[in-house]
Formats: sequence, structure tokens, C-alpha cells
Amino acid sequence: MNKKTLAFPYVLWAAAFIVIPLCMVFYYGMTDTTGAFTLENIITIATAEHAKALLLSIELSFVSTLICFLLAYPLAMILTNMNVSQHSFIVLIFILPMWMNFLLRTLAWQTLLEKTGVINSILGFLHLPALEIINTPGAIVLGMVYNFLPFMVLPIYNALTKIDNNVINAARDLGANGVQTFFRVTLPLSVPGIISGVTMVFIPALTTFVISTLLGGSKILLIGNVIEQEFTQTGNWHLGSGLSIVLMIFIIVNMVIEAISDREGEHTSL
Amino acid sequence: MRNTLRKIYIALIFLFLYAPILTLIVLSFNDSRTRAKWGGFTTRWYLSMFRNQAILQALTNTLIIAFLSALIATVIGTVACISMQMMKRGSRAVIMGITNIPMLNADIVTGISLMLLFITLGLRFGFMTILLSHITFNIPYVILSVMPRMKQLNPSVYEAALDLGASHIQAFFKVVFPDILPGVLSGFLMAFTMSLDDFIITHFTKGPGVDTLSTKIYTEVKKGIKPEMYALSTLIFVTVLLLLILVNKTPSGKSTEKRKLQPAKQ
Repeated sequence: MNKKTLAFPYVLWAAAFIVIPLCMVFYYGMTDTTGAFTLENIITIATAEHAKALLLSIELSFVSTLICFLLAYPLAMILTNMNVSQHSFIVLIFILPMWMNFLLRTLAWQTLLEKTGVINSILGFLHLPALEIINTPGAIVLGMVYNFLPFMVLPIYNALTKIDNNVINAARDLGANGVQTFFRVTLPLSVPGIISGVTMVFIPALTTFVISTLLGGSKILLIGNVIEQEFTQTGNWHLGSGLSIVLMIFIIVNMVIEAISDREGEHTSL
Repeated sequence: MRNTLRKIYIALIFLFLYAPILTLIVLSFNDSRTRAKWGGFTTRWYLSMFRNQAILQALTNTLIIAFLSALIATVIGTVACISMQMMKRGSRAVIMGITNIPMLNADIVTGISLMLLFITLGLRFGFMTILLSHITFNIPYVILSVMPRMKQLNPSVYEAALDLGASHIQAFFKVVFPDILPGVLSGFLMAFTMSLDDFIITHFTKGPGVDTLSTKIYTEVKKGIKPEMYALSTLIFVTVLLLLILVNKTPSGKSTEKRKLQPAKQ
């Protein structure tokens, strides 16, 4: 058995179903219906309607990523300190919800958040002011945080468990207090985990069209909604592909940042 | 004090993560067609679910696609890992880079790119196009789960097997495969889960008349979700939960070693 024949099926598969399809997005995005070259489809991102959708997407995904980080970091630290014997158990708790359909889980938030929903009934019972966030950008952010929080917790948790306890103890021995140890030792050592978590939350949040459809009513359009409509309703694949190219710029920037942090991570570990 | 705060924090996060699931389970027992009001306790959705042909068909499609795509992705991914292990650093890096694309790329872009490919090839949108897409996004999960195991492998063991007269195939199945098996299995499970939970890529690559549970739910959103859907997903969730508890209960690792040792002593 030759190593080339073994690699053949996957290389062929990857070329046919990963590389060529991406080239086709670029081809459609840079041509018009007659097949002539044009940058028109990409430039439409600057029109008021599309730019508004893109800016709102960036804003909401930025806020969601920040909230995910602020929630996930303390959680990952607590989980690391708990010394759970089974590492896989922690992972399992976060993956288990995926076995209930993602659309249904997101829809359940409608029931929880509605004007007469579960949360408002509880708040009313406690004589607290009602929460009116359903069909607002706030509900979309909540849906994003809910769906993508595990993708932030797991990489940070992985990075934290890899930190040698002796390093922390050494910092304490050398006179650093808890806060100093955290900011000068723990936090810097967990940066690779943070970067990978941020990527895994920011990209799906930026490009989602499902969460905005389910929790934002039908009035709030994110860039994902615009692209989805171009493909499934308007049928303008060229415009949809052009806008996807704009999205891919964000994705590529993210990939580069992650690749750089990976290399630096290797350096420090050597 | 600090410990209590920690426990409260964890409890709140888990409440946040599991509240929607609890809501769906409660809704599956709701004796009312709308989710807006509670009409009393009933188990009738669990019975009518089995008479609903459309839901059963979507469930069958979902399970067959998840199983086949996970299986094929596991075979292709594992073989790819073996060959990459023997490659030079440079070509391995290129293949790993391409493997990372579906993981880091947005699902919507992966979905439309495959849709454009299938349109150009003139394929009929349906079961096959969904299956091909699922295999494509599943392979990276398998590779990323098998590759670390592969790297831990000592190459001399394989060579030793060859020296002792095993054929390449024998050496692989008797020496290499048992060592990478945990990685292969977790890759398969991960792929199965991802396929089961996927909506976005299926949405762009499915044809009229073929539905998975996800796409069926999405078309039902506007008209209102049928309560049978809540019953079905509760059933799936509880089954998986029970399976996981069972797997964790069965003694593994140290405890099996102990059991093996005890009869030897007698």
C-alpha cells in the first residue's frame, strides 16, 4: 500500500466539496448573469440597506461575543478548580443540549420570553417589572449567547487545565497576590483558548440568519438574512455570493489571527 | 462563602443552558395545540406522533443521513489520518489547512458553496445532496479527533509487527487500529451529533419533498410547531441521556482491571 493511494480519497473529496465550491462562490460573486466580470455584487454592501444589516450583525455579534467571554471565563476557572476526575464529563454537559434540536431550543426562548411567557409570569409573581425583549435585538443577543456559549467555555477550559499548577504556585511564592497572579500569569497563558473561543462565537453569530428569524420577529434583518433571501427567495445567486465574499473577508481575518496565535503558542510551549 | 458563590454561579449557567430543554419537555405534555397556554397534562402527543407519517419520515431521513454521513466520514477521515502520518510536514500542513476550512468557515457560506456546486453539476436536490454535504462537514471532526491519537502512536510498533511477519493490513488492524480506536469512536459520535443538529447546511442543499427534522421544524415555525415535534425531541433527548448514564455506569478502565484480577486470585 502506497501512501499516495491512501491519501487519494480524502484529497479528492476535499478538492471536490471544499475547494471547488468556494471557488464557485467567488466566481458567482464576481460575475453578472451574463457571465461577465463585475464587482457590482460586492460593492452593493455599501448600499444603505445592506450596510445597515452588516453593521447591525457586527454590533450584535460583538456584544454576544463579549457577554459569552465574560460569562465563560469565570465558569471555566471554577470548572478547572473543581478537579473533576472525568474531563469528558464537563465536555458532555455542554454537548448534551445539542441532542435536542437547535431550532426547537431557540424557539423555546419564545415561550420563555414572551409578554405573557414563563419568565414574565415569574417576574410578575415577584412584583418585578416585566422583561420586554422578545422581537428586539436584545432577544437575538440572548439567543446567540445561549447557542454559542459552549464554544467559548470549552476552549478556555482546555487552555486553563493545561496551565501547570507549579507556575501559579511559583507566582504566589514570589509574592504576587491573587489578582496579580491572575492578570500576569493565568490570563496571558489562556490567550490561545480565548482567541479560539472568540473565533468560534463571533463567526457563527455574525453570519446567523436562524436566530434573528426565530427571536427577532421578521423585521430585524441581519446580513445572514439578506444572503439567505437572495438564495432561497429572490434567486439572485450572484448578489448572494458577492455578499458572502464580504463575509469571508471577516472569516479570513479571524483565521489569520488564530493561525498567528497558534504559532506563538507553540513558541511559548517550546 | 466563596464556594457557595461558585456553586450559585454554576447553577445559574446550567439553568440558562437547560431552561429551554426543560420548557420543551413540559410543552410535550401540554394538552393544548398552542404553546402559549397550558391546557393540562396529557401523553397523547406521544401516541399521535407514531401515526404522523411526515414526522416519522423526517426522523428516518435524519437518522439515516446522520448514520451514513458519520460512517463514511469516519472511514475517509481515518484513512486520511493514516496517510497524513506518513507524509512530509509541508503537504500535511496543506491538507490540515484545507480540513480546517469547513470548521472555521460560516455554515451559511459552506451551505451556499455546496448549493452552487450541485447546481453546476446538475445534481437533483434531495437525499444524496444532503448526504454529500453532511459527509463534507463531518470529515474535519473525525480528522481532528483521530489525528492526536495518531501522533501518540509509536511507529516502531507497526514496524515490529511487519518484521514479525504481519502483512500491512494485519499490522494495521491488530496493532495500529486498537490504539486509535477511542479517537475513531469519538470522531464518529461527534460527526453523528453534528449531522443530527445541523440545519443551515441542510437548508441550502435539500430538495423539495425531502425533509430532515430540522428543516421540517423550520417550515413549521410560521404555522406553529406541532406538539408531536416536542414529544419526539423529548424522546430523543431522554434516550440519549439514558444511554450516556448507562455507558458511564458500566465499569471501564480501572474497575474492569480489578474484576479481571479478582478471579485470578481465587
